[in-house]
Amino acid sequence: MKLLKIVPDNTNIDFVRLRGWAFGLTLALSILAIGLVGLRGLNFGVDFVGGLMIEQRFATAPSQDRVRSVVDAQGAGEGQLQQFGDARTLTIRLPAQAGTDEGATNAVVRKVTGALSREFPGSTFSRYSTVTGKVSGELIRNGLIAVLLAVLGIGLFAIVRFEWQFGVSTVVAIVHDLIMTLGFFALTRFEVDLNIVAAFLTIIGYSINDKIVIDDRIRENMRRYRKMDMRELINLSVNETLPRTVMTSVTILLALLALLLLGGHVLRGFTAAMFLGIVVGTYSSIYVSSSLLITLGLRADPERERTVRLGKDGGAGEAERVAPRA
Amino acid sequence: MLDFPRWKVAWIWGVLLLLSALGAVSLVPERYTAGWPVQPSRINLGLDLAGGSYLLLEADTDGLAAARLETMRDQVAAEMRRGTPRIGIGDISTRGGQLTFLLRDPSQVDAARERLLTVTGGGAGMSGQREWDITVVDTSRFVLKPTAAGLAQAVDTAMGDATEVVRRRIDALGTREPTIVRQGTNRIVVQVPGFQNPQALKDLLGKTARLEFKLVDETANPADLAQGRAPVGSQVLPYPGNPSGVPFIAVKRPVIISGDQLADARQGYEQQTNAPNVVINFNSAGGQRFARVTQANVNKPFAIIVDNSVISAPNINEPILGGSASINGGFTVEGANQLAIALRSGKLSIDLKVIEESTVGPDLGRDSINKGITASAVAVLLVVAFMFLTYGRFGAYANLAVVINVAVIVGVLAAMKGTLTLPGIAGFVLTIGTAVDANVLINERIREERRRGRSVVQAAELGYKEASRTIFEANVTHAISGLIMFVLGSGPVKGFAVVLLIGIATSVFTAVTFTRMLVAQWIRRTKPKTMNI
Repeated sequence: MKLLKIVPDNTNIDFVRLRGWAFGLTLALSILAIGLVGLRGLNFGVDFVGGLMIEQRFATAPSQDRVRSVVDAQGAGEGQLQQFGDARTLTIRLPAQAGTDEGATNAVVRKVTGALSREFPGSTFSRYSTVTGKVSGELIRNGLIAVLLAVLGIGLFAIVRFEWQFGVSTVVAIVHDLIMTLGFFALTRFEVDLNIVAAFLTIIGYSINDKIVIDDRIRENMRRYRKMDMRELINLSVNETLPRTVMTSVTILLALLALLLLGGHVLRGFTAAMFLGIVVGTYSSIYVSSSLLITLGLRADPERERTVRLGKDGGAGEAERVAPRA
Repeated sequence: MLDFPRWKVAWIWGVLLLLSALGAVSLVPERYTAGWPVQPSRINLGLDLAGGSYLLLEADTDGLAAARLETMRDQVAAEMRRGTPRIGIGDISTRGGQLTFLLRDPSQVDAARERLLTVTGGGAGMSGQREWDITVVDTSRFVLKPTAAGLAQAVDTAMGDATEVVRRRIDALGTREPTIVRQGTNRIVVQVPGFQNPQALKDLLGKTARLEFKLVDETANPADLAQGRAPVGSQVLPYPGNPSGVPFIAVKRPVIISGDQLADARQGYEQQTNAPNVVINFNSAGGQRFARVTQANVNKPFAIIVDNSVISAPNINEPILGGSASINGGFTVEGANQLAIALRSGKLSIDLKVIEESTVGPDLGRDSINKGITASAVAVLLVVAFMFLTYGRFGAYANLAVVINVAVIVGVLAAMKGTLTLPGIAGFVLTIGTAVDANVLINERIREERRRGRSVVQAAELGYKEASRTIFEANVTHAISGLIMFVLGSGPVKGFAVVLLIGIATSVFTAVTFTRMLVAQWIRRTKPKTMNI
């Protein structure tokens, strides 16, 4: 049986030489993403800003203008409509009701769903949630703490297991991934809710995973080819791990694609974030974190260099070996 | 590396098959397992999949502190008035979170302090800590300040009661398996699966339990009683714990005293027999009223009624003058404690507010779970096909590992009686993706070693050895983010993290140890000279 090979054997792409371009592109995209977040803002869900969300399912696709006028007529503030999944499902977002009186919020939910089922026979509510400002503040805080801790924890792990340059380059790459994902949310106006925090943490986990594999290969090659130039060594390591990087990304993207297309609308934002995160994470593993190692001045372990020079290291012979493609 | 003794093979298969079997059994629908001697533990469906309501209630602790101060004021006023000599006080105030009053006769300072100590429980309350600081300023002004420990204790007690009230109320709705847990110091999480009327739920939780004392009508005819008929001026009430066995009792309509005149109720012990009982305290007005009524009705029973259901009907043995009474009647400590809680919760001493709520309709839940299962199945199929096309025999091994891994995760989740949420399904799908990463790493490494000219055995050995280190590191980082989600996350995030963490643990075992065994057995069986990878 002829087996499938997405990446041909023995690729020799000069990723390090491309890094100037890659940094430029990365910087431009990052600025664009930050700009988008700054200008358009993020579409926070009720989890994070408080307020109430009602998802209503209609018998037939309704006219959004009519729904909006029905909702606005209830005197509970301006409703924001968003189509979710198919054309028959709409979510209605309303601002948090004045005061802390829960009765007011309940009344609004009842009024709106009541009015909608009167005006649009056969429509039913699928779900609703209300969150007060106090809880939403806590949720934002916990979400931020979780993301920060994850970045820090994993950065520390990379520093302990590898050199400090690996830690720094990994953290930079992750921040890049997060900025890109945020930019994506600003662009698409997908709702940022509690689930998205989980998506962010998963993206972080995956992205690190990807970088650790390459870092691990760089470390291995640093021991194997002690005299090789660092640019060449990083190129070699990235090329050697390229089939794995691409294979894994493609597999996970296949799984996510199934979830994105078939998993229902509730998870759509979550899966979309994940999908983009995997793509961005793969890009940053190859172009951002590995190339950054050179900029940060990673060098072969000085301790080992000295032993090699003194000729005391039993493995010196291996160090002399020439790389297969060098 | 490729050496697998028979016991090891048996052990690996044993663990995997056992866990997979747990997973398979937990999916058998309940109607088929009804006759089984042992019910399999199952995975609970989260509210987003089962439909239902989630409420986060927060208690009003400021309100509690204020109410506590008011009660103390009533008690102090009553105590000063009651004893001999009567101690005159005035200018009583509860402003600024403390109780102050002025003594009319400064020479009574010591006597007043003595009486205050009996009201505030002396130096030690239930927790052994002082609950009130008593100071005297300007020789005749008393200041009672609640201590932080005392207030915390009061909040804790009130929250315990409130949780109990909430549970009793939701149980009364007859809903299936509600979850009611305290969260932090002043919150209660309520999850009611499948309940479609959150409004009724909230109405119920917002209501304060009604406690009433009424005299029992002993003239009622038992035959009439059984038919729900009571004499004129009386009513028939359910009495589930009636010692006579009849679950009804007739009581006279007038309310002797109601829950808002009750100050406290706790479990105690009867002095002579040391049998557990329940001690109740009325506030001053209630105490006076109770004294009058009991004086006139010695040797008659009265009914203690919560929400129109009689909890007990003790006999009035003697007039009760001190504003406090004990309810005796063959209690166990638990029974007495439960009644005390019921009495206390009759007066829901802390206001509960809904601060977060979400309700998922049953259609959306069903829709979500169907779509989630379809998506997972398609994801598995896509990944399996892709792996097989890329790695052939080795892909097939990896696929077997992935399928077993899915069954094992289900098994572990069921054994833990875990909850599956929609993000949990996403975690499943993602685990399928990352689980094959280990095999991708191994197989790519084997390919690489083959290209370098190593023999089949060497390449396989090196592939597993070198890749294992990378796999370990990659999974540790993944687990770090999973743990953070588990610890800090709430609701959906936690559900996702649980599946992810289980998946990380099981996938390392299936993807590395299990496939290595399969590869080793293949090599030993066929002694291949080449490998198609």
